[in-house]
Amino acid sequence: MRDVSAHPYMANSVPAIQQEMLDSIGVATVEELFVQIPEDHRLSRPLHLPPALSERELRRHLLDILSKNSTTEDNLSFLGAGIWQHHVPAAVDEIVRRNEWLTSIYGEPSSDHGLYQAWFEFCSQLGELLNLDLVGMPVRSWGTAAGHALRMAARLTGRNEVAVVRAIDPERLSIIRNYCEPPEMANHIAIRLVDYDPATGLIDLDDLRAALGQQTAAVYFEVPCYLGVIEHQAAEIAAIARVAGAQTIVGVDPISLGVLSAPSAYGADIVVGTIQPLGIHLHAGGGVGGFIATRDEPRYAAEYPTLFINIAETIKPGEYGFGRALLEQSSYDQRENGKDWIGHSVYMWAVAATAYMATMGPQGFVEIGEIILQRAHHAASRLGDLEGVRISFPSGFFKEFVVNFDDTKKSVSEINDALRAEGIFGGHDLSSDFPELGQSALYCVTEVHTHADIERLVGAVQKVIAR
Amino acid sequence: MGEAAARATGLDVTVIHHADQEQTSATDTASAAATMADRGVSLILFVGGDGTARDVLSATSDRVPLLGVPAGVKMHSAVFGTTPANAGHLAALFLARHPSARLRDAEVMDLDEDAIRAGRVSAHLHGHARSPYERRLVQNAKAGSVPGETESLDAVARQVAAQMRPDHLYILGPGTTTRRVADALGIPSTLLGVDAVLNGESIGLDLDEQALLRAMEGRETEIIVGVLGGQGSLFGRGNQQISAEVIRRVGRHRIQVISTVQKLIALSTGALQVDTGDPEMDAMLAGHLPVLTGPGRTTLVRVQA
Amino acid sequence: MSVELKQYQAPVWNEPVILDMGYPGRRGVLFAAVEPEIRQHVGDASDLIPFAMRRQDRPALPELSEPEVLYHYLRLSQQTLGMMGISLFGTCTMKYNPQINEAMAWRPEITELHPLQHEDTMQGALEIVHNMDLMLRELSGMDQFVFQAGGGSEAAFTNCAVTRAYHASKGELEQRDEVIVTIQTHPCNPATAAAAGFKVITLMLDESGYPSLDALKAVVSNRTAAIMVNNPDDMGVYNPDMKEWVRIVHEAGGLAFYDAANFNGTMSKLRAREIGFDACMFMLHKTFGAPKSGVGGPATGAYGVSSELAPFLPSPLVVRDGDRYRLDADRPQSVGKIREFLGNVQVVLKAYAWTRSMGAEGIAQASDISVLSNNYMEKGLLAIRGVTRSHPEATTPRMEMTRYSFQQMKEETGVDIHDVQNRMSDFGIDPLWASHEPWLLPEPFTPEAGEMYGKEALDRWIAVIARISDEAYSDPELVKTSPHNQAVHRLKPGMIDDPSSRSMTWRAFKRKMAATG
Repeated sequence: MRDVSAHPYMANSVPAIQQEMLDSIGVATVEELFVQIPEDHRLSRPLHLPPALSERELRRHLLDILSKNSTTEDNLSFLGAGIWQHHVPAAVDEIVRRNEWLTSIYGEPSSDHGLYQAWFEFCSQLGELLNLDLVGMPVRSWGTAAGHALRMAARLTGRNEVAVVRAIDPERLSIIRNYCEPPEMANHIAIRLVDYDPATGLIDLDDLRAALGQQTAAVYFEVPCYLGVIEHQAAEIAAIARVAGAQTIVGVDPISLGVLSAPSAYGADIVVGTIQPLGIHLHAGGGVGGFIATRDEPRYAAEYPTLFINIAETIKPGEYGFGRALLEQSSYDQRENGKDWIGHSVYMWAVAATAYMATMGPQGFVEIGEIILQRAHHAASRLGDLEGVRISFPSGFFKEFVVNFDDTKKSVSEINDALRAEGIFGGHDLSSDFPELGQSALYCVTEVHTHADIERLVGAVQKVIAR
Repeated sequence: MGEAAARATGLDVTVIHHADQEQTSATDTASAAATMADRGVSLILFVGGDGTARDVLSATSDRVPLLGVPAGVKMHSAVFGTTPANAGHLAALFLARHPSARLRDAEVMDLDEDAIRAGRVSAHLHGHARSPYERRLVQNAKAGSVPGETESLDAVARQVAAQMRPDHLYILGPGTTTRRVADALGIPSTLLGVDAVLNGESIGLDLDEQALLRAMEGRETEIIVGVLGGQGSLFGRGNQQISAEVIRRVGRHRIQVISTVQKLIALSTGALQVDTGDPEMDAMLAGHLPVLTGPGRTTLVRVQA
Repeated sequence: MSVELKQYQAPVWNEPVILDMGYPGRRGVLFAAVEPEIRQHVGDASDLIPFAMRRQDRPALPELSEPEVLYHYLRLSQQTLGMMGISLFGTCTMKYNPQINEAMAWRPEITELHPLQHEDTMQGALEIVHNMDLMLRELSGMDQFVFQAGGGSEAAFTNCAVTRAYHASKGELEQRDEVIVTIQTHPCNPATAAAAGFKVITLMLDESGYPSLDALKAVVSNRTAAIMVNNPDDMGVYNPDMKEWVRIVHEAGGLAFYDAANFNGTMSKLRAREIGFDACMFMLHKTFGAPKSGVGGPATGAYGVSSELAPFLPSPLVVRDGDRYRLDADRPQSVGKIREFLGNVQVVLKAYAWTRSMGAEGIAQASDISVLSNNYMEKGLLAIRGVTRSHPEATTPRMEMTRYSFQQMKEETGVDIHDVQNRMSDFGIDPLWASHEPWLLPEPFTPEAGEMYGKEALDRWIAVIARISDEAYSDPELVKTSPHNQAVHRLKPGMIDDPSSRSMTWRAFKRKMAATG
């Protein structure tokens, strides 16, 4: 037995208790319980880890490190590009941090009834925003949702090519490529990138028609697209896809759905997207989460890789509980014969998102959509008025827009460095991922940005480009 | 026949058949089973062994699901509960329409009298009965409507069919698993017999050993078999036509076995059984053999004589 | 060990589904209207949307005040037993999630950090990621970790992507299309291998509780891309041939991946790289004290590799240049992205905090305690009527888990493992974990004591199982109709299976109820 103080996290770290347990088992030392591990598998030397810290020391240590971060609250930030600053109501944070469900593992539908109900309410409220009856539990991100949806479409159609909008987040596209498998694999899904019109940012419909054929399992596009534009040819794109016998998969930002049409209205078969804007902080990127939703048809339900939560009667008449439907098609049950694979996701963010949607209500979504549209357009317009600054796609966007600095003779990187010195995080630099857009940045403006914030940005940019 | 015993346990009894003699016979079993089937019972739960299963199936022609309460050991048929208590439990679930009690095709095996006379215990494939089994899952109150096993078997059958090589002869063993391969090819097949396929066409149904050997002459041959019966027989029980000589000429590496993972896990010995009547052949077959459990999915299983 | 069981009753709130609550016009949050200057400048919001894309209906969300939402969800949280009782959920390594770690991770220095900020403004976050990488290297012997995967399954998928890239770089990917697993490998391994495009070969166990070397040799070939295995497995059985396994696979040109899912019993005792593995995965949300969030995440599958595989890892990697940290994305052989950004940095922070509070000594002790406690429990559990242990031939002490079976009890009483799970919650104990699929052992259960709970809690858990066994033999209906003291009763079987009644959203439920009357 080690002669050390008991550790606060381990009730059985008291030597006398360990002795009691050893006596009960009938062995002399703990070491005797490790006999299964052969000697030559054992560690060759003691571990060298930094010394253990008490809670006070740990707090001090972490505060020292964290103070080296400078956040979007310390600065005025216009970063988006896959994860966005929105207001998170304090009540949502209180709910999501409850120990009961934060630390738990799922029990039975009865013993974890509350968690199951919260999950069901997440799917149900998202279903109202989307006007769709079938919503799975969240997947790990928008990119993984898109990857799974494309594989679902390939299985549904028995086809092996997909058409994907080129104005897409490069991170998301990289994930999609991993999900669609390299060309060497037998079930490789080929990806055809569909161009966008350089004047509008909208999908080039001629290029789309040329890309589709009998091999096309799905068309994937986004509303708004990565470059911020609201793809208003959506219904036409879906119609073109349908003629080709392909599934229409649409990616959306659900915070836009108080003011923008639900994709089901313009012909989407599978809808994916992010849940991060729904009450989830940035968490240095750890706030991302995704979803998959469709019409409630068995052929779609049969292809989901996600968990489903269903409402069902209990054995007491009139009482309802919640269970996990279609678990038997998941890889938990079917292993390598399951639909893709399942595992830890971001179900805690489903709790945040359900609380957020309930807090917002229908009017909240309408208002936030309108406020974002107005603030973003105002910011774009004010920036576009600056000498040498151009808004690449000046109308029909939601909360993000592309700002081009070519005529300032300055790079985005230079401008952002100078803005950062003023306490401003400029838009995400697109110059390496979208060279055809020149020195452009993707600016994000949401409900958190006030008129004064926008004026501060405009003033700072003016100062920077005048240098 | 069983009336007194049933009444003694307090059951409400309808008598449908009176045995003529003190000692009941197969005729009584068949007659009672036929009457039950005619009266539209939901399940025939019988006590006995392989012979009883055969008699009940013959009399009902698969009109009614069957479930055997094992009276003895080492039943070859796959219609028996693992223990008498489990059979009762399963019957209760099935009759209560509990979703975890589902039906599947189960082999009914018949004792091989010739082999018994020769001092061996072996069996023929007599037919298939619909028989309940219990699908257990990690989740309570949940059994699943998606026939995952059937889906996997169909997918693997399509793959086997698609990968058949030109001018190779394929011997399809008996049973519902291998029938899926013939179905995938869209060709006729026999459920109890051994069939032969060449270039996607059926070139022989219900072939015996000699017919197989003749068909094989001058041709590269492969064998496709399922796992038969409650004891997990690979060769020798239910597919004797694929004799030791046939297997010898084909070669061990040209044997494709198809099964669900669940069936492999349920093997009481953890191994597939071979009993070809030729100890040398049985020894050759012993060892690890890959079993196709899905498209591009293989499970390695031990084979023992 | 005589334990008096506590009376327990879960809160019964009869809380309606939130979509059935509220009153038209109520608000949970308000937003300031846009300033007049903006309004004058850009006009009406609806004019800023292309006509075809304007939403015509209002989403049918509930209309509630802030406290109504708050207390609804607090009531639901109370109806979640979770860790409040005793949760010995095997294979998941239930562990204390220290409050200090939560408090630190929820500070704005992390929650308000945008992943695309300039490196200079996120040096703290990068330092934590890098230092966690260094500690995991020490614990595993690997040369580089990446934290992009949002869970263990995603880390297994990462491994499959890296395996593809490695063989592709040698021009062998088309030929090497097979991944070998065992039937006891967690389902995520064969599933991600299949989703990555590999054929999957599964090895069954022999009497010793692990697959034989002969079985492995029978399938390894120049088509082998990799093996993906755990050790010990979920039955607490350790495969002593593992070094030889790795050697055989390497000799054939394949890679060896170690799923360190069951690291709690072996941490500080062995290192994956020293066994020979090329890659391994740690789940920071189980072994390293970060929360599981109802097995839902956000979680982190920390994936580590040898220097030979490091070029193929997802991008970016956090690297240290002198006293500065930066993101290295210039990695031409990288598989790119498995998930957006850097992964769940806040989870990495919690795991970092846990590791710093434990130290090498604490980690060694946690592993000792988890194995000791498991073996202590085994004695109590095997004394209970109807309980048996997997692989009775394997008599050496199990590691941090043991697989048991209630098959005997089921045969004798009709009470099955699901009934036991439900009944446990009547005593305020979290339902036990049965087993991953497939169930090699009928009516399985797999407690994992871990290092958090005290001996009294373990005794109480055992006493509850003993009580339920007594009840099964004396009053089986009591167990089969349980729970009786929970927030709701057990679900009626069957309803979930029928597409005409199965409802995954409230709107589907209302529609289907209306259709069936």
